Amino acid sequence: MTTALFRTCPDTGFKIDLKVDKLIKWNAVTAIVFLMVGGVFGLGVAMTRWPAVHLLPADWFYLALTAHGVDVLLVWLIFFEMALLYFCSAILLNSRLAAPKVAWVQYGMMLVGALITNVAILQGDSSVMFTSYVPMKAAPAFYLGIILFAVGALMGCFVFLGTLYIAKKEKTYEGSIPLVTFGALTACIIAIFTIGAGAVILIPTLLWSMDFINYIDPLIYKVIWWALGHASQQVNVAAHISVWYAIAAILFGAKPLSEKVSRTAFFLYILFLQLASAHHLLVDPGLSSEYKIFNTSYALYLAVLASMIHGLTVPGAIEAAQRKKGYNKGLFEWLRKAPWGNPVFSGMFLSLNMFGFLGGISGVMMGTEQLNIIIHNTIYVPGHFHGTVVVGTTLAFMAFSYWLVPTLWQRELVFPKLAKWQPYLFGLGMGMVSVLMMGAGTLGVPRRLWDMSYSDAAMPYEFPAAAFLMMGLNGVFALVAGVGAIIFIVQMVGTVMWGKKKVPAAAAPETAAAPAAPARTPEASAVSSYGSAGTMEVPGTFVLALIFLVTFMLYYFVNWKYLSSVWGLS
Amino acid sequence: MSDQNTGAQASPEGGGEPIPVMQRILDNPFLLVFLGVTIPSVFYILWGVMEVLAIPNAP
Repeated sequence: MTTALFRTCPDTGFKIDLKVDKLIKWNAVTAIVFLMVGGVFGLGVAMTRWPAVHLLPADWFYLALTAHGVDVLLVWLIFFEMALLYFCSAILLNSRLAAPKVAWVQYGMMLVGALITNVAILQGDSSVMFTSYVPMKAAPAFYLGIILFAVGALMGCFVFLGTLYIAKKEKTYEGSIPLVTFGALTACIIAIFTIGAGAVILIPTLLWSMDFINYIDPLIYKVIWWALGHASQQVNVAAHISVWYAIAAILFGAKPLSEKVSRTAFFLYILFLQLASAHHLLVDPGLSSEYKIFNTSYALYLAVLASMIHGLTVPGAIEAAQRKKGYNKGLFEWLRKAPWGNPVFSGMFLSLNMFGFLGGISGVMMGTEQLNIIIHNTIYVPGHFHGTVVVGTTLAFMAFSYWLVPTLWQRELVFPKLAKWQPYLFGLGMGMVSVLMMGAGTLGVPRRLWDMSYSDAAMPYEFPAAAFLMMGLNGVFALVAGVGAIIFIVQMVGTVMWGKKKVPAAAAPETAAAPAAPARTPEASAVSSYGSAGTMEVPGTFVLALIFLVTFMLYYFVNWKYLSSVWGLS
Repeated sequence: MSDQNTGAQASPEGGGEPIPVMQRILDNPFLLVFLGVTIPSVFYILWGVMEVLAIPNAP
């Protein structure tokens, strides 16, 4: 049996393999660095799409758009998810990490891959955007970097699975794995599918960019690429929902309303969530309606059901825990008395609500074959995924970082008062960006368009004044969110570098072949064990869920009405 | 509705009761990997690629 060195976290009682400790720190810090890089490019994009500012020339706009997509949609999120996978396996299961050397290879390959792709983009001949649709050809280094990055991530997934195996074999936990770890397993499985699909299409594309292959069919490329491009965002969804459950447990000692139901919802993700990739193909000729409708509506609705279950059970778990503590007045005392000044909670709760109301509802609308035509390839699409990946995933990861970084580094936040405001600035700023992009997209403004005024076009088109107003406001709120992002990065970097030490000296490491179960705090026990809240009496949550369902139905049917007015064929 | 520690495999509460089929599926990460990779590969990728390949060439 391999011997590992552990330390005991003074805040939580978690026993932490020192190798895991370092790996989580390096992956998380690298993620935040790439969030900063990708965020700067994103501001460049938003300032260019603000018609009155129109900051970047066309070639720089497409370069920035490509770098923004790669760095935030892929690099920031997957580095952070590697940290999460190690946390959810080794730390929550009280285990050593399987193959730490392989985990360092994961880190190295992802870092080198991300750097190679970034350099290729900055050289200016790979402005093919995140989707890199053929026949647009980037430099070989662009594809090579992404392949290296993906293979590194795949290694991280295998280390995670290996850790689950050895934890079970060495009996470091009893019964089933905790729900948060199960959610991370869901993310890991979707990631394996995603990376496999990416290899199937990007390796031939690399060879094509090197002139070893003459031709790649654009539609086949598109079908397979979206198994990478969209399913990678489903990795994020599974990961950030795990983070919601983790935060509910860490802050409130909350257990899911029903462990079985939540686990089944993750199981539905494993089976069906990846099929949503087909909504990118809904207007492509050549694919049958049976294929499109089965993948986006029939099967995907099972994954939507799963999301609604999580959307109900996470606040439900918090309500149940708060009511146990005596916050029983009326429907919402549990929510009013929640720690709104704690960025861990406020970030998570904003993420949960905005993911549902902005990203979730719009995603179902877009996934309907008939409705998709209203907004396909308009800026509505980035509006939707800023509602999922930014205010959903990124905000959830930021919230988790406010707990993870001070806990792992054992340092206090450098600017705690500023931290209280950060989730509101970033979350509400980005929430408005999402709404405004969806609004402009509904008026027909295309995505990825350098100049919406078509000032030098042979056949100009004039959008309504409201579309220009919304794109201007989009720029304003992008700046607000940018301030929020800068505060977050300063907090994290500052805390790691200069944060006040929580304890005078770190506890001495101890050697343990098979660590005994340590005394964990009730909150740490809640996040790392199996079990339910034992109650379904959460009336406030059911009222919130009804508000969501009514909004959902209204928005869905309003779009059918809108379709009837724009589809002038009858 | 409480289902505390229904993980009968190792918990003493489970005693000698048989483990439900669904729980056995959910407790097997490698089976879940198989399902999570196979189902979208068949329904999304293979089906989609077959449809694209079946498109007749323009004359």
